[in-house]
Amino acid sequence: MDSDLIVQILFAAVKTGTPLLFIALGEVICEKSGILNLGQEGMMLMGAVVGFLAAYGTGSAGLGVLAAMIMGCIMSLIFAVLVLHLGANQVATGLALTIFGTGLSAFIGSGVVGQTIQGFQPIAIPLLSDIPFIGRILFSHDILVYTSFAMTFILMFVVYKTRIGLTLTAVGENPHAANAIGIKVLRVRYLAVMFGGVMAGISGAYMSLVYTPMWVENMTAGRGWIALALVVFASWRIGRIMLGAYLFGVASIMHLVLQGLGWSISPNLLAMLPYVATVIVMVIISADKFKEKLLAPRSLGKTFDPRQMA
Amino acid sequence: MIHIQARTEPSSLMKIASPLLAIALTLVFGCVLFSAIGKSPTQALHVLLIAPLADSYNIGEMFVKMGPLLLCAVGLSLCYRANLWNIGAEGQLLAGALGGSAMALYFGDSNSLFALPVTLLAGIVSGMLWAAIPTYLKLRFNSNLILTTIMFNYIGLYLLIWAVHGPLRDPQGFGFPESAMFADATLLPTLFESSRIHLGVAFAVISAFIAWFILSKSHLGFQIRVFGSDEPAAKYAGFSGKKLSWMVMLFAGALAGLAGVSETTGPIGQLVPNVSPGYGYSAIIVAYLGRLHPLGAILAAVFMAVLYMGGDLAQIEMGIPVAVVSMFQGVLLFFLLACDFFINNRLAFSNQATN
Repeated sequence: MDSDLIVQILFAAVKTGTPLLFIALGEVICEKSGILNLGQEGMMLMGAVVGFLAAYGTGSAGLGVLAAMIMGCIMSLIFAVLVLHLGANQVATGLALTIFGTGLSAFIGSGVVGQTIQGFQPIAIPLLSDIPFIGRILFSHDILVYTSFAMTFILMFVVYKTRIGLTLTAVGENPHAANAIGIKVLRVRYLAVMFGGVMAGISGAYMSLVYTPMWVENMTAGRGWIALALVVFASWRIGRIMLGAYLFGVASIMHLVLQGLGWSISPNLLAMLPYVATVIVMVIISADKFKEKLLAPRSLGKTFDPRQMA
Repeated sequence: MIHIQARTEPSSLMKIASPLLAIALTLVFGCVLFSAIGKSPTQALHVLLIAPLADSYNIGEMFVKMGPLLLCAVGLSLCYRANLWNIGAEGQLLAGALGGSAMALYFGDSNSLFALPVTLLAGIVSGMLWAAIPTYLKLRFNSNLILTTIMFNYIGLYLLIWAVHGPLRDPQGFGFPESAMFADATLLPTLFESSRIHLGVAFAVISAFIAWFILSKSHLGFQIRVFGSDEPAAKYAGFSGKKLSWMVMLFAGALAGLAGVSETTGPIGQLVPNVSPGYGYSAIIVAYLGRLHPLGAILAAVFMAVLYMGGDLAQIEMGIPVAVVSMFQGVLLFFLLACDFFINNRLAFSNQATN
């Protein structure tokens, strides 16, 4: 395989990994607060369709992203009210959100199936994009890819170096103790869930505005679920999420790699690869029970009722 | 002042009333939605809920859709009771359809009496296998059951699509991604003349009663209930969580596999890429709506089948996208979860403002 092909594959891996990076960054913040939102796929689809509709209507991809962020946030609020205020089971509520989002996105998007729009164009960053290999792989993308780089580093700083990050971790590790020292647990969790919704919205918009600039029913193809696995893979650590997203990106474009090597395998079998890779990765990561228990936010998935004592 | 008060005991009335209330609220939501998009809400509700039950043909079709929904939901009810978050009914159904179809095509034009039972068995075993892999990965490697079962839904879907494009494609099918039509010996008999209600629908109802019997009358059912409500207590009592997980997951896989093979050997009569319009996912809602009770699942499956029928009719008669069905399912589960809040809480009225 020549070096040009390797660069092309890695460039495509970053592009393919970007929606996963956005949505997994949102979900890891949500999970750090102790809330497991399985509605990622539904929020992402709603972000994709609303982002596309807004961009299609206004002609501005930027407004499309903004609309997708707002939609993702609204979707996450449905989840937040049910889970945080009404004490509903997080797994069931998340599933409902995904089923609802899948249906609603297909419903409101049915009029624009097959339409295309002018999405974001690549912007080569001066100087940086001239670096051999790295420049073409990392610095000749569109604005959203650069946003995802920035988001990763901002979140690393906020979560690991600031008071906000400490508060978030405290709520996720022990909500009762956090409550006792005066942290408003529900407020923190609301904000974390909403942040997850906004990021899922951007992730969906990336799919419908950049990755394939059009709307197709179910176009996210399970990426919301893969992102949930990615968070486990990264052991809830932000830097590792970025690495994991690009690894999953490579798995998703494996067919290019194999074609490059001259193999011919049915595209339908190759389409399984990201899902098979997800299963394998989860098996490897989770096999160490002790480690996973140590790393996962301790209150993850558990209902917190401020009226009850620990 | 109205405020929320925790009940001292869960309300058994609300447990029954909550699904009915959720259905009513979903209908109200539907009316508002249809008005908003400029369709007549009364006409839409008529098409969605009344028309599917208006004549004997439609009622028959409704039961044909109820079959796979109920088979999947019965298995899921037991899983969820035992705190096993199996989201994989869709993949298990597709695996059953694939395995069963391969067997049916293997029998070809054979008139053997064994053709149908062996075909059904192949479907059941395929469904069990598709449930067994995530179960093994969970028990042996501690992997997350929700995510692995979801991934196996996608893997199963692409495996099925690959099969109808490749090894199972009808050689005389002009290249369409479909298998050959199955021979009569491998088709499920219909139960009534002039309707497509087939033996698979009867299997579904029987499975619900079997599951009800297991759950309420057997030692295994007792273990499931104890595990679901208090896992430490179950372990203290010496119940094996592993054995229980295997039994419940394989049972659910078998039923979903049976649902899949019953679709291909029943109403469809061949293997096609879109065997299931998301029955395995809808069955999650059916299980919840039926209060995770196998007999409750029968009623819930009937309601969901009506909604599926109604969705088809609404598309044909009013031009409403069929995706409206899955949206209503999501809304229904939202309302159900919200109403369930009042099983353990109630609204209290007092004249004075309370702190």
